[in-house]
Amino acid sequence: MSTSDRIDLQRVGLYGVLGALVVFYLAPIETGLVTSLKSNPLDTAPFLPPGPGGFTLSEWTAAFSALQSGLVNSLILAIPATILSALLGSMAAYGLTTLNWRGQVGVFALFIAGIFIPYQAVLLPVSRFWAKYVPLSELLAPLWLLPVLEPYHGELIALIVTHVAYGIPICTLLFRTYYRDFSTEMVEAAKLDGATAYTLYRRVILPLSVPMFAVTLIYQFTQVWNDLLFALVIMGPGQGAPVTVGLTNIGSSMTSVGFAVKMAGAFIAALPTMIVYVIFGEQFAEGVAT
Amino acid sequence: MLERIRTAIRTRGGTDGDEPPDARTDGGTATASEDSGLLPGSFSRDFLGSLPFWFPPFLLMGFFVYGAIGWNFALSLVNVQQFNEPNYGQLDLEQYTRAFNDPTFVNAAQNTFVLLVAFTLCCLVVGLLVAILVDRHIRYENTFRTIYLLPMSLSFVVTAQFWLWMYNVDNGLVNLLTTTIGLGRFRWLSNPELALGAVVFALIWQFSGYAMVVYLAGLRAIPDEHYEAARVDGANTIRMYWRVIVPQLKGATISASVVLMVFALKAFDFLYSLAGGYYPPKGTDILATMMVRQAFSVGQRSYAAAIGIMLFLLALAVIAPYLTYQYRRGEL
Repeated sequence: MSTSDRIDLQRVGLYGVLGALVVFYLAPIETGLVTSLKSNPLDTAPFLPPGPGGFTLSEWTAAFSALQSGLVNSLILAIPATILSALLGSMAAYGLTTLNWRGQVGVFALFIAGIFIPYQAVLLPVSRFWAKYVPLSELLAPLWLLPVLEPYHGELIALIVTHVAYGIPICTLLFRTYYRDFSTEMVEAAKLDGATAYTLYRRVILPLSVPMFAVTLIYQFTQVWNDLLFALVIMGPGQGAPVTVGLTNIGSSMTSVGFAVKMAGAFIAALPTMIVYVIFGEQFAEGVAT
Repeated sequence: MLERIRTAIRTRGGTDGDEPPDARTDGGTATASEDSGLLPGSFSRDFLGSLPFWFPPFLLMGFFVYGAIGWNFALSLVNVQQFNEPNYGQLDLEQYTRAFNDPTFVNAAQNTFVLLVAFTLCCLVVGLLVAILVDRHIRYENTFRTIYLLPMSLSFVVTAQFWLWMYNVDNGLVNLLTTTIGLGRFRWLSNPELALGAVVFALIWQFSGYAMVVYLAGLRAIPDEHYEAARVDGANTIRMYWRVIVPQLKGATISASVVLMVFALKAFDFLYSLAGGYYPPKGTDILATMMVRQAFSVGQRSYAAAIGIMLFLLALAVIAPYLTYQYRRGEL
């Protein structure tokens, strides 16, 4: 009797601590959400619902119209950048895992080191490269692409390519770890059957990679969507800027009364990655923990 | 790492989930090296076949990573300001000596170091404690885990907005708490003595969930017998974790701290968003913010390039031992 009582008390304590942690991790988010729904953020304590005035969505509409173009830009940026880096990462990992040759580990190490590069060490050349050596608007002008791309800021291509290049290392790591688990017999059998490297990739490896593509796409989408630094340096604060830059702009131009709009803006900017996270939480955890 | 996490997350600490990953990790490396030794004939064919797959991504990545670092290093050896053309005929280390005589740089370097150490250590400790709690066969484990990791899915820009409001002098939740317990109000972000601590705290909120996930995977890889053996020996819970379990989490600790340090070095986005510009709150200037300010606001491009190279060397000092360690364990 007494031992089970003690154990129950322990369990109660355990859930108490876990609940306190829930409060800690959710408090800023909850406070932000409640604040975003108030017309005057100061009418009640920040974490409490609004006073007699009630809830309002006007701050959300204000924030949405300020961030609208940024949201569109972010989508145009994140979708191709995510798909391309995942695909190139998968290809690289295949070439570095399933086909055996000497020096694989060395080349792979060069890929992996790219994950940890502080972007400050490459920022000046990258911005210079796009501004001076590949002025995209000039390059695109004679192409038929321009009328198609211009309303969506053709310069976003610079940002897409940059994100793909810096996404390749992590994608390669994710896929390589996955491919190493593949049964070598299956791969060897396909090789003995005379499958070329391309057929092997196309027919055997790619179809089996679907679960890993899910992990990689989720991880990369979050990375690209959430980036501020490259967006700021390559696109600047202008029309082509993604939503993170837009949020920083409304963030800095408001006084403390504007906190409701800022919070609404933060939620709008965070919504896509939050949705991805809630739906694919497990894959996200796999992605970050690798 | 990945396979361990996958099995760990799916099997709830059962013993059957623990053996295959270890076996597979060792087996994987052994066959890989054996294959290249045993089949010298198929090797060049495999090498040629592999080229179209890894070489194009390598070119793109290599240009942007290694090419850019090289170019950046060259920039740091000349003296260019604003948008002038660099003159590569005259190379020297002037920008580096300048940095060490610049109080702003020394201060930013100190802050970087404090941020790196305090943030990483606190995240590891919080993450480990939370992981141990979550690992105690609780109900709704998925829900708890999801909530603790949620801040990590948000961008620095978004979390900066939340914490600006949390730290607000008049109505922020943090000051509401401190006044309730009788400590009074603080200007968390505009007081240079408190600002760095406030930033570290917010970043711990954002990333300790990451450390939790890594530790959880590590804990799940430890066979149940180890816990039982410690219990039979009469160790209490704290002793058991400290003596038996924590030492086995060395791998998790190393990979989590490397990634956390990289996050800390990238905290630019957070500080930029807090300030809404190139000058972060007083007392929180780090090398990452200083570099971007020198390059894109002050226009001292060579100086910025030199700071970038020093940041790169700092990262290298963290990563090179890590990669060597991973290589020795056959994880690379």
